[in-house]
Amino acid sequence: MANFMSRNDLFLFLGFTIVVLAMPIWLAPFGAGYPDLLQRFMIYGIFAVGFNILFGLTGYLSFGHAAFFGVGSYAAVWSFKLLTLDAIPAMIFAVVISGLFALIIGFLSLRRSGIYFSILTLAFAQMSYNLAYSVLTPITNGETGLQLTLSDARVLDAAMGQTLVGQPVPTLLGQQLSGYAGFYLCAGFLILSFFIAQRVSGSPFGMMLKSIKSNQTRMQFTGFNTRPYALSAFVISGMYAGLAGALLAVTDPLAGAERMQWTASGEVVLMTILGGVGTLVGPVIGAWLIKYFENILSALNDQILANFWSFLPEGAADLMVQVTGKFVGDGWFLTLGLVFVLVVVFLPGGVMEGVRRIAATLKRSGTPDSKSRQTQPAE
Amino acid sequence: MTLLKRGLSRRRVLQTGMAGIIGTGVAPMIFTKGAWAQEFCNNPTGDTVTIGLNLPLTGAYAEEGADELKAYELAIAHLNGEGDGGLMNVLTPSALTGNGILGKKVGYVSSDSQTKSDVARAGATRMIERDGAIMITGGSSSGEAVAVQSLCQEMGVIFMAGLTHSNDTTGKDKRRYGFRHFFNAYQSGTALGPVLSNAYGNDRRAYHLTADYTWGWTQEESIKNTTEALGWETVEAVRTPLGAGDFSQFLTPVLNSGADVLILNHYGNDMVNSLTQAVQFGMRDRQANGKDFQIVVPLFSELMAKGAGENIKGIYGTSNWHWNLQDAGSVAFTKSFGAAYGSPPSQAAHTCYVQTLLYADAVERAGTFYPPEVIKAMEGHEFDGMGNGRTLYRAEDHQCMKSVLVVQGNDAPTSEYDVLNVVQEVDRETVNYDPSIFGGELGPAEPVPVCA
Repeated sequence: MANFMSRNDLFLFLGFTIVVLAMPIWLAPFGAGYPDLLQRFMIYGIFAVGFNILFGLTGYLSFGHAAFFGVGSYAAVWSFKLLTLDAIPAMIFAVVISGLFALIIGFLSLRRSGIYFSILTLAFAQMSYNLAYSVLTPITNGETGLQLTLSDARVLDAAMGQTLVGQPVPTLLGQQLSGYAGFYLCAGFLILSFFIAQRVSGSPFGMMLKSIKSNQTRMQFTGFNTRPYALSAFVISGMYAGLAGALLAVTDPLAGAERMQWTASGEVVLMTILGGVGTLVGPVIGAWLIKYFENILSALNDQILANFWSFLPEGAADLMVQVTGKFVGDGWFLTLGLVFVLVVVFLPGGVMEGVRRIAATLKRSGTPDSKSRQTQPAE
Repeated sequence: MTLLKRGLSRRRVLQTGMAGIIGTGVAPMIFTKGAWAQEFCNNPTGDTVTIGLNLPLTGAYAEEGADELKAYELAIAHLNGEGDGGLMNVLTPSALTGNGILGKKVGYVSSDSQTKSDVARAGATRMIERDGAIMITGGSSSGEAVAVQSLCQEMGVIFMAGLTHSNDTTGKDKRRYGFRHFFNAYQSGTALGPVLSNAYGNDRRAYHLTADYTWGWTQEESIKNTTEALGWETVEAVRTPLGAGDFSQFLTPVLNSGADVLILNHYGNDMVNSLTQAVQFGMRDRQANGKDFQIVVPLFSELMAKGAGENIKGIYGTSNWHWNLQDAGSVAFTKSFGAAYGSPPSQAAHTCYVQTLLYADAVERAGTFYPPEVIKAMEGHEFDGMGNGRTLYRAEDHQCMKSVLVVQGNDAPTSEYDVLNVVQEVDRETVNYDPSIFGGELGPAEPVPVCA
């Protein structure tokens, strides 16, 4: 049985790897085959996979994960500014810092569970956002955003005798990370993250986390101290968020406070629920769907809509532009909300439940008697 | 048995991992190969050329963003030879043809920057990578401008800044690929100083409320320098978050601070809110230190004045341009904007319109879209007829040098648009300054970065 499971896992992992690496090809017809969006798919995929380790496995719903994401970004940019433009120290630095940050916040928040835990994390995240936005401006540069400049110290680069011409951009062992190079770096990390998440979820440790979700009190009565497990899950998922934040800074070296706002924390919750909580692939799919529709819908404007509806008569076209205009552009959140409500009502398990249902239907209709069943009108 | 099986599968995982790593090493070369075919980012090969508009359509500066969008649509129509041609008829010298840019029809894509630097940058990246924008323009916040400008330098795409007033845009954070037509906080200070001294005397105590980002910081600094040179004392300077909405917690301490002038380094909706609340607190009817309490808004526009209504009356500030000016350029622009949209244009609309035309003109003069040539054509270019008198695109910092308006809220407006009076037009020589005082470095134009 164990053998069968591991083979299944392996196929899942291989399939996932192929799908991710081939993204520039199969996404091109959908208008999404360009590096910036693909990078975002990868980065938010990592964010969601990490979030799922906490929410999907232990059931603790954190409303403040964007804080770790932002801390990761700031840490990475500071590493670019102070140490070197190489991406590796920046990512290590970001993961360590966000892990420590998660340890502190987790230690305090995990004293409560359920809604109290969610509110505590939300409060901490909002606090971090406000600190970054207007109190700690010497460190975060506030609304302007933390950026790289030619006059940064970059101690390690200076020690290596490297001088820089033009705009400083992050590199990986001398290779520039803009465009597709950045995408493949992020894709590599997403695949690695996915693999680790897969291992975690199948391990005894993962089993422990799942049992916290199913009944924490029973766990405690059987003599387990659950808090260290929950805290580890919290820290691991905070480190995932930090890694994602660092990658966002690597591919685009500017860190703004907006990425720590509560809407960003809410977004990762939506991604996970939309895709399917507790599944491995679900959160990643959720992240891709949200980022894809954000990209497509928020770019539509009234002109494009007017062209789209131009086949209708004058008055009707104007009306349709008026109505649909509310759901695109800056109003795309309305569409997101609507889709979210539909998914939660009709597919509580997210997209993955939809996939399972379709698979089940196909399996049934794939049996030899499927033909005879089709010909029978009444059942 | 199971152990062996698991070991095997792990090895296979490692093997596939290696294959993946090799794949990632090789694959980028396949996908970026096509990029070498074009010598620079988004070289337009068809018969159209796309420019990317990055505008705040939501957030604290949304109203400016909406007006900027109108201006861009108008400019693009004029470049394509539609409409009455607007400022194309009065720009001198001009290489514009009314037949697109270099014979290519101009189109545009737009993105909502939400008045946030992070979002603005993501939007600009999308327009460059997905939509093939040859030039990025727009923005109503210096935070956005600085962020997008450095992105454009990385990508090798020219950025024509919209409304941005921070000294940093063409100072500390200036870039070879970024250009600004709008004036800056330093020039506001120089222009405003003598007027404030005349109106309020040289013995005042000022209290600053400042929007907490690059523009607010530099404006606070510039105005502080000016007023302190007049002999004013700065009581305190308090930073407020951008888009705060409610400013009462910041305004209450002003009353007991011993200050007799409140300087609002706010813009857009923030300024409308803070000014309205300050007036509701009764500040304009107060006496402090035996003098009438005064409010100064160093940068304001007709859109904000309209938003603030009654409260703006008599308040001093500076502007880049005003539709009521009587030179040929201003008249022509106000006329064609009014004909298209039924209202006079704001200074944000004006600067965006002019930037679009100037870019098109530079491309025509360079005879190519190749950015380094366009940059050369723009640097040190002197022109006239755009509503600000003779104007120079300074080569050292890509700042336009032109006259600055000192304005005052109109006490007796004749229409809902007649909200500002031009008190004084301060000429170009007076607001001139040495570009080296702010530091920063433009960086090289070549080699041109090639975007993916």
